[in-house]
Amino acid sequence: MIKHDIVIVGSGLAGMRAALEVCEGLDVAVLSKVYPSRSHSGAAQGGIAAALGNSEPDSWEEHLYDTVKGGDFLSDQDAAEEYVKAAPRVIYELEHFGCVFSRTPDGKIAQRSFGGHSKPRACFSADRTGHAILHALHEQLLKRSKSIKIYSEWYMHSLVLDGDRCNGIVVSDIRTGTIEVMQAKAVIFATGGYGRVFNITSNAFASTADGVMAAYRAGIPLEDAEFVQYHPSGLYRQGILFSEAARGEGGYLLNGEGERFMEKYAPSRMELAPRDIVARAEQSEMDAGRGVDGKDIIHLDLRHLGEPRIMERLPQIRQLGIDFVGVDCVKDPLPIQPTAHYSMGGIPTDKFGQVVFDTEGTHVKGFFAAGECSCVSVHGANRLGTNSLLDAVVFGERAGRAALEYAKNIGHGSANESHEKTKVLELFENIFQGDGNESYNDIRNEMKKNMTENCSVFRDEERLKVCIDKIKNLQKRFENGKITDKGKLFNTEIYEILELRNMLSMAEIIASGALNRKESRGGHYRKDYPKRDDENFLKHSFIHKTDEGMEIKYKPVVITKHQPAERTY
Amino acid sequence: MITFRIKRYNPEKQAESYFEDFQLDVQEDLTLLDCMNEIKWTLDGSLTYRMSCRSAICGSCAVKANGHAILACQRQAQHLVKDNDTIVLEPLGNMKPIKDLAVDFKPFWDKINKVKPYLQPEKKAPEKERTQSPEQFKFIDDSSTCIMCGACYSDCQVLEVDDNFLGPAALAKAQRFVQDSRDGKTLERVKELSKPGGIWDCTHCAECVERCPKPARPFDRIKEVMTVALEQGVTNNNGARHALSFAKSVKSSGRLNENVIPVESVGFFNFKGLFDLLPVGLRMFFRGKNPPILHKSIEEVEDIKRIYMKLNE
Repeated sequence: MIKHDIVIVGSGLAGMRAALEVCEGLDVAVLSKVYPSRSHSGAAQGGIAAALGNSEPDSWEEHLYDTVKGGDFLSDQDAAEEYVKAAPRVIYELEHFGCVFSRTPDGKIAQRSFGGHSKPRACFSADRTGHAILHALHEQLLKRSKSIKIYSEWYMHSLVLDGDRCNGIVVSDIRTGTIEVMQAKAVIFATGGYGRVFNITSNAFASTADGVMAAYRAGIPLEDAEFVQYHPSGLYRQGILFSEAARGEGGYLLNGEGERFMEKYAPSRMELAPRDIVARAEQSEMDAGRGVDGKDIIHLDLRHLGEPRIMERLPQIRQLGIDFVGVDCVKDPLPIQPTAHYSMGGIPTDKFGQVVFDTEGTHVKGFFAAGECSCVSVHGANRLGTNSLLDAVVFGERAGRAALEYAKNIGHGSANESHEKTKVLELFENIFQGDGNESYNDIRNEMKKNMTENCSVFRDEERLKVCIDKIKNLQKRFENGKITDKGKLFNTEIYEILELRNMLSMAEIIASGALNRKESRGGHYRKDYPKRDDENFLKHSFIHKTDEGMEIKYKPVVITKHQPAERTY
Repeated sequence: MITFRIKRYNPEKQAESYFEDFQLDVQEDLTLLDCMNEIKWTLDGSLTYRMSCRSAICGSCAVKANGHAILACQRQAQHLVKDNDTIVLEPLGNMKPIKDLAVDFKPFWDKINKVKPYLQPEKKAPEKERTQSPEQFKFIDDSSTCIMCGACYSDCQVLEVDDNFLGPAALAKAQRFVQDSRDGKTLERVKELSKPGGIWDCTHCAECVERCPKPARPFDRIKEVMTVALEQGVTNNNGARHALSFAKSVKSSGRLNENVIPVESVGFFNFKGLFDLLPVGLRMFFRGKNPPILHKSIEEVEDIKRIYMKLNE
């Protein structure tokens, strides 16, 4: 059995920031199924939000209002207030760590405009902000290598729970195939999102719901899982992200007729309306046959910005366009479409990153979560661009601090090593010994296609029911899958299968949440219920696992300063 | 149809590596990674390699295609096809294969760690951000784009023969701090980087610049560290002396004085170093390959001097 004081699963911004918080005095392990520098936080491009006021006067009050309105009033405002107030301090701290930021002429951190933010609030490093922060935090971890042990290419299977207390996790070393129990006084999940359940997604292959499903299987509910963000500018067919910064810098969206169609949907904010609104506008244009060349294509036009500005502010986007579709955005518009991007929902936590069991807020002792895998909820029904990097850093720090406070005064709990290992071994053996003939690849493809077709930007009861039926069928077929690689050494195939197993459950949870929420709010839009319904649905949904299937419970939204109002831009 | 000739290796099954051919009907717009995935998912699930973001930012999927390291997700398969519609895939070089195309990155990261890859500021941080001008930001912008994919490390010619060399990625990472206006250890850093295994062991082949999938371009960064080292007066080492002697010789005669440069490089009073040169010198002499004793200038030497004057301005 491996033993640490605190184990952090996931090494993106939230996980690494948490590690820095707990490493003073305690022995910490950070586990990643890739390498820390390969975490998906690094793919974030446009910026990280904070009311620094470096280019225009700004305040946390405005940041709070923009965030709450952007989230269609489903954000818990007490948490959101602490979150926006912490923003400037954590950004200065990142700068002090050595993070590379673009600068204003007088040497301050540069800030640009972003969708739904009323002020230029996005601190950025060209168009690779996530990458810059990820590496700055990774550097700090390397500096503290004596107290932080990094387990690269280790996979987390399950939580070890003893009643209401978390005592560790079950993991395996991808390289050797060895299964181990990792005992810990506290566990922090920072396992990211699950965009891979969709066909068109900006997410990495690694974003597969491993963390949220481990929590769910251990009896912890998932909050607001129906809220998935579709980013307006994914590369056509591939879904690869083209940063909102392209619009923040002044880029236009054009339909097949060459019109700046956002005029019809959000006349005052145009291309810089929140993502849910822009993604729906794009989908509406395409559905009405006004996509480019009649296809599901919208044009992102940056030509008027000119080469010098593009090279200074958006160099990565330009290169991506050239490499992936042979389009140089200096000369031609980029073909884009909405792409599944971010999960607003996740493992429910309080505002300190403490995971809760239920709508009453009962603590799962010793279990914390932060970043995209968690739901605090500060983003409500729709997250504003640049608020996720901030979320990861603020709540990474908070979860770290809470875990430290919890762990420093207690001993290790018990973990039945052979029992925990056996459960995972059985899962492996079932897959290895299975004599089925189903292709896991076909199942994965059908799941993704199903989710993008039936549970995407526009949803309705009929299609959601079809969606859930199909997923249940796929889950059955999964039991009859066929694996090729039965070795222990660096077996990437078995991990892809375990990830698929997680995604098949997650897909069902997303679609079930969506079917249950009979209203339209933020990222969740029901064609059969096109209005927001505060009377019946101004509440968070908690999906619980029961012996009979799923059970949905509700928790009221915390409203402090801003009463729900009509949301127009 | 494209044939993917892939180097397979699985020590659980057999000790030796071998090549296996896979054929795919490749549509346009498919990246090499898309093709590798197609092979894994439809033809042979045991094919092993790393990948994650598939948008050229995580650095997982670097492999050798037709002998050169590339990022598989960044390149269109059609553009890589060579003779007989074939693409040859092998694991990255200079690192030990684990299985198929996955290699052991430990030496790579060990070397990154050696350059103290984190900011070491001199002064206590202010309440807000440290200021840094856009011009100062530009010095570290390129090196900060490195995604640690190992493509440069794989194809580095020095690493092929010298395990001790820090390698292009670590040296580019070092430049990121050497030239960061917020860092307070510039002198200590360049002293450390001027030791054997550091900047002066680079042979200037620029293969790393060719292989780098990002604007990090390691050799350009190594040159910048060399410049800072010389500016900081860190010249008491063979590499710096060699560079200075080289420049001096070209400036005074327009060509290299190959009798003097080796002596100036090891240092006039470095008797052991000079003694070590003797066997080479003697062998050259006996085979008639020693440079002329009397070193002559080229005819246009005044033009060279004017170039140097211009550079000094």
